Amino acid sequence: MAAPTPTTAPDSGASSDATYRSARVPLLLPTWLVIGFFLILPVALMAVYSFLTKEMRGGVIWEFSLAAYDQFFINRGLFGDEPASLEWTYISVFGRSIAQAATATTLCLLIGFPTAWFIATRAPATRGVWLFLITVPYWVNLLIRTVSLRFLIRENGPLNDALLGSGLIAEPLALINTNFAVQLGLFYSYLPFMVLPIYAAVERYNFTLSEAAADLYASRWVTLRDIVLPIVKPGIIAGCLLVFIPSLGAFLAPNLLGGAKNFMIGSLIEEQFKRSLGNWPFGAAVSMILMSLVLVLLLLYARSMARAEAR
Amino acid sequence: MALRSVRHYPGFFSIAMLCLIILYAPLIVVMVYSFNDSPSITNWGGLSLRWYFDVFTGPEAPRFRAAAWNSLTIAVLAATIATAIATAAALAMLRAGKFKGRSLTFALINLPLMVPEIVIAVATLIFFTMIGFTTGYLTILIAHITFCIPFAYLPIAARLQGIDGSYEAAARDLYATRAQSFFLVLLPLMAPGVISGYLLAFIISLDDFIITNFVKGAGMETLPTAIFGSVKQGIKPNIMAISTLMLGVSILFVTLSYLINRKGRQSP
Repeated sequence: MAAPTPTTAPDSGASSDATYRSARVPLLLPTWLVIGFFLILPVALMAVYSFLTKEMRGGVIWEFSLAAYDQFFINRGLFGDEPASLEWTYISVFGRSIAQAATATTLCLLIGFPTAWFIATRAPATRGVWLFLITVPYWVNLLIRTVSLRFLIRENGPLNDALLGSGLIAEPLALINTNFAVQLGLFYSYLPFMVLPIYAAVERYNFTLSEAAADLYASRWVTLRDIVLPIVKPGIIAGCLLVFIPSLGAFLAPNLLGGAKNFMIGSLIEEQFKRSLGNWPFGAAVSMILMSLVLVLLLLYARSMARAEAR
Repeated sequence: MALRSVRHYPGFFSIAMLCLIILYAPLIVVMVYSFNDSPSITNWGGLSLRWYFDVFTGPEAPRFRAAAWNSLTIAVLAATIATAIATAAALAMLRAGKFKGRSLTFALINLPLMVPEIVIAVATLIFFTMIGFTTGYLTILIAHITFCIPFAYLPIAARLQGIDGSYEAAARDLYATRAQSFFLVLLPLMAPGVISGYLLAFIISLDDFIITNFVKGAGMETLPTAIFGSVKQGIKPNIMAISTLMLGVSILFVTLSYLINRKGRQSP
């Protein structure tokens, strides 16, 4: 960052702040067009699609229908003639995905908070190295990371070899294709997202508060619970969201580590579009439900942030 | 001493080390096994480069070469276009005064980060199908440009925010035109942010699997989709060699971006 020179008058920036005022529209037009045309319009069309009638060969018929949402929420029996009741199949896929994402988020928090704290309390030069080491894996191809994890924890993989060799276990651990493997995969995929925002919050924490608490005979852990955690909470919440949201719609970890039993939302959506028996309106409806869930979470977050700032 | 003790929590160092081990162990294991001179992925048969030769000359080589070419050209094009768009947007957001719709535009730029990837994938596929656009190279490129914009924007805007307006003011006082003061003064100052944004957009494009998998259409492959296709039949040693090569590329790029940023921070 450039430090403002002392000779700079506070308002000298204001005029150059508006250098590009007259070019504002042409400068922003590409962004508006690309995001508007290739993201907002497609999402709107997806919303329309979820209310269309499915065609047998994977396309749609332009006729309004609630069939996709009906299929998601309501069970009418195999032949559609039984009294309507709540359909649990898809709700339970969402429930399982939420549980998996929540477990992964908790794991990330348990490992991520102490790591972030440790990094933030190092000397500045050491901090840079640690942050770099934490960020590098995030930029490595996620597919390759997930395949590597699969290779490491598979039945006769290096992890089991090492554990068997050291005599810690007598039988190889059956890790692959379990719920735990999926949680581990999500945890491993998004751990850097937890560490970085917590680090940013702890770095700004005023440690004299901890000293004051220690002077008043609070133990370390009481200080952590009653003083530190409430102050760094925004960082923790941001980290949790950054892990939870991509975990919820994840495709690679459940697909490569979980096997058929550990189906999550991502696979449910993918099946509707990639398989021959796909149902596009239903896939669009499931995507709409997933997106609404995520947007509600983000809105709640924005509101809690606005409230915290107002205080 | 008191200062140290309130910062110190027993066990936190071990957890931080554990964090590093978890993040790196799978990558290191795959890297080591990519040099294994054995057709089996379980047994160790000594050091060799045979799987690297296999990647370039083996039976799957033409498929991987085509996929790598697609991945590379898409990443270069998407990163270049996204960086240009993001640089223009950053100028308008930070050097064009306050205006109505500024926070809306900011939300728009960040939208690709907020919508779940799989939802973007579905929406983009539906969009291209509806307007009758054949899925293939061009649809992948368009989708990549769209989601690369926020990744390019963030470092560029962060850098621009740190540049004092007086440099440009001085240039204008010396009768530089707006274009001259941009290309001769502001752009060189912004360069670390622009390069950083470009590199991140490039890696993000190279990395993408889900969206590409939806919009690629039949017969078109990028490296991630080709690797995914192979892995579905089991992890073979040549996949580990490719993974190690891609790992090297990612690490090289992030290190470059890190060094450029650090150097940029030392000079104004």
